[in-house]
Amino acid sequence: MKKHQWRANTLPSLVTVGPVTLWLLFFVAVPLIYVGVMSFCSLDQYYNVTFQFTLDNYKRLFDVNYIKIYGQSVLIAFLTTIICILVAYPFSFLIARTKSKKKMILYMLVIIPFWTNSLIRIYGWKTFLGTTGWLNTALQFLHITSEPLELLFHRGTTVLGMVYCLFPFMVLPLYTAIEKLDGSLLEASADLGAKGFSTFFEVILPLTASGIFSGSIMVFIPALGYFFVADILGGGNSDVIGNLIERQFQSGNNWPLGAALSIILILITLLLVKIYQKLGGDMESLGV
Amino acid sequence: MARPIVEINGVNKIYGSNHVVKDLNLVVEEGEFLTLLGSSGCGKTTTLRMIAGFEEPTSGSIKVEGEAIEEKEPFERNVNTVFQSYALFPHKTIYDNIAYGLKMKKVPKDEIKKRVHEMMELVQLEGFEKRYPSQLSGGQKQRVAIARALINRPRVLLLDEPLGALDLKLRKQMQLELKRLQKKLNITFIYVTHDQEEALTMSDRIAIMNAGVLDQVAAPTEIYEHPATKFVATFIGETNIFDGSIRSINGESLSIQIENGDVKATGSEFAAGEFINVSVRPEKMKYALDPVEGFTLIATVKDYVYVGSVVKCIAVLPNGNELKIERLAGQPLPQLGEQIFPYWNEKDVVVIHNRDQIFYQAVDNVVLG
Repeated sequence: MKKHQWRANTLPSLVTVGPVTLWLLFFVAVPLIYVGVMSFCSLDQYYNVTFQFTLDNYKRLFDVNYIKIYGQSVLIAFLTTIICILVAYPFSFLIARTKSKKKMILYMLVIIPFWTNSLIRIYGWKTFLGTTGWLNTALQFLHITSEPLELLFHRGTTVLGMVYCLFPFMVLPLYTAIEKLDGSLLEASADLGAKGFSTFFEVILPLTASGIFSGSIMVFIPALGYFFVADILGGGNSDVIGNLIERQFQSGNNWPLGAALSIILILITLLLVKIYQKLGGDMESLGV
Repeated sequence: MARPIVEINGVNKIYGSNHVVKDLNLVVEEGEFLTLLGSSGCGKTTTLRMIAGFEEPTSGSIKVEGEAIEEKEPFERNVNTVFQSYALFPHKTIYDNIAYGLKMKKVPKDEIKKRVHEMMELVQLEGFEKRYPSQLSGGQKQRVAIARALINRPRVLLLDEPLGALDLKLRKQMQLELKRLQKKLNITFIYVTHDQEEALTMSDRIAIMNAGVLDQVAAPTEIYEHPATKFVATFIGETNIFDGSIRSINGESLSIQIENGDVKATGSEFAAGEFINVSVRPEKMKYALDPVEGFTLIATVKDYVYVGSVVKCIAVLPNGNELKIERLAGQPLPQLGEQIFPYWNEKDVVVIHNRDQIFYQAVDNVVLG
């Protein structure tokens, strides 16, 4: 290759695409391959990972106790998604359609917590809901209850925490979809004789379904893996798939099994995204 | 006189500090094609939106078929709208778009089907039932929007610059089609546009709005030949406007003083000394090479503009104002640089009361140079 050609074509492309390629290579491809290889490795008697091919890790995934947790995890993720939709939709509608100055304030109310570490916020909930927490103290002070309520360590508490953490992921795509809604369509609907209720189901809902859809994907998938929420608020009573993985890498010291669980979670994620795409979902709104 | 169908009485619309519509009084007659004409921001769309019920008047009342509508929701009115951006439902087929109004009124399915097909035939869109709006051209979308509004058999159809997004040729064609539809269905059309030619072509009457005020409501020829205000004279067609005052009156004949000299015109209801405007259409502007009695204007020919079938000659007056003379191509016009004496037949021009009481405002003539 001649020198000037290298300067004209190869150098610019290396400079522009090079860093991204390296980033993806070292922080996505290599770790994924590492986890993939790990999931087929075995442990020796001292719990050291040995490169001996086995399918045992995958076979163990079908253990009844694990399957129960998968089910529970899907249930928690499902409830989280539903509640997020029900709460975030009216909220997003409000901030997307209002012209008032409060719009930015409401929007920041969602965004600012989003910038704060979620672990800290979840500990905040624990303090708030605990037997000696603010809520129980207040309830007793007001003589609404006589003794502290056991608010923590239920499946519902885990769902609450998940909803709290993942709420912005539902609001953002919904906000985008609702804001894009052309106001003249709503006027046209009213003009043609539709009442508010009909306009909602005939025009608003179908045209914002893509937002609900991508919001659901963005809530459901992380909800399968947010082990710290289940740990801190659920207290081991409502484990999700993320807890299983975390345990294998930490206390269980069984990295190959953890890797196999991770691979399964990745596959579930890919499957859901694929379904989303097949159903006509917009990949850009997932940030892909 | 036909029966009034829309009556607007003393309507004002104020947004914050912005007085958009000022004390509007307008009666629209049954079966007529009325155009609200004005430049953007003159309040014409706001007026239309108030009739549609999307906006509430700050004060005043609007009646449709004798009933006050301020209290009614848009869906309770016998009025439908064709939106500027068409506002077709993108997720519904053409059939479902057109059927929407009937579906909302819970009309039986068989009848919906029959009436949708009638409508599609009327706007010449047979065979497009299963398409989506994104698969149609601008003109086709426009037809769907019209069919969707007409299927409810409204008494009044409101059209908000419906042809604005179409190209010139299609716009001309749609103008004629709309006019044909309106006559055929005998529905009152209230049509908003900023395009004066469109207004002249289509309307039975034109209502000209200027900065929230209704300047004149009249038939197109009346508007063109007898503009009531200076704004109307300049907005409809091209004209030469002179600010001046009445020097003396002799019967109907007025001797008028303008900045560049004296001119003559006819008119009644004027008083000596009154500030007025004289509007002279370019095609009525004459010129001589020697002074004409009663006129003391002198101008120098500066430029020619060729506009297809006509040629315009631009002459400059001593104060720098430009004068337009228009002739059919091939007819004689003065030479470039030649000095001419412009004049006109007294009866060919319009004298307008100058509401602003401004004398010698040197900004009126459109600069074409």
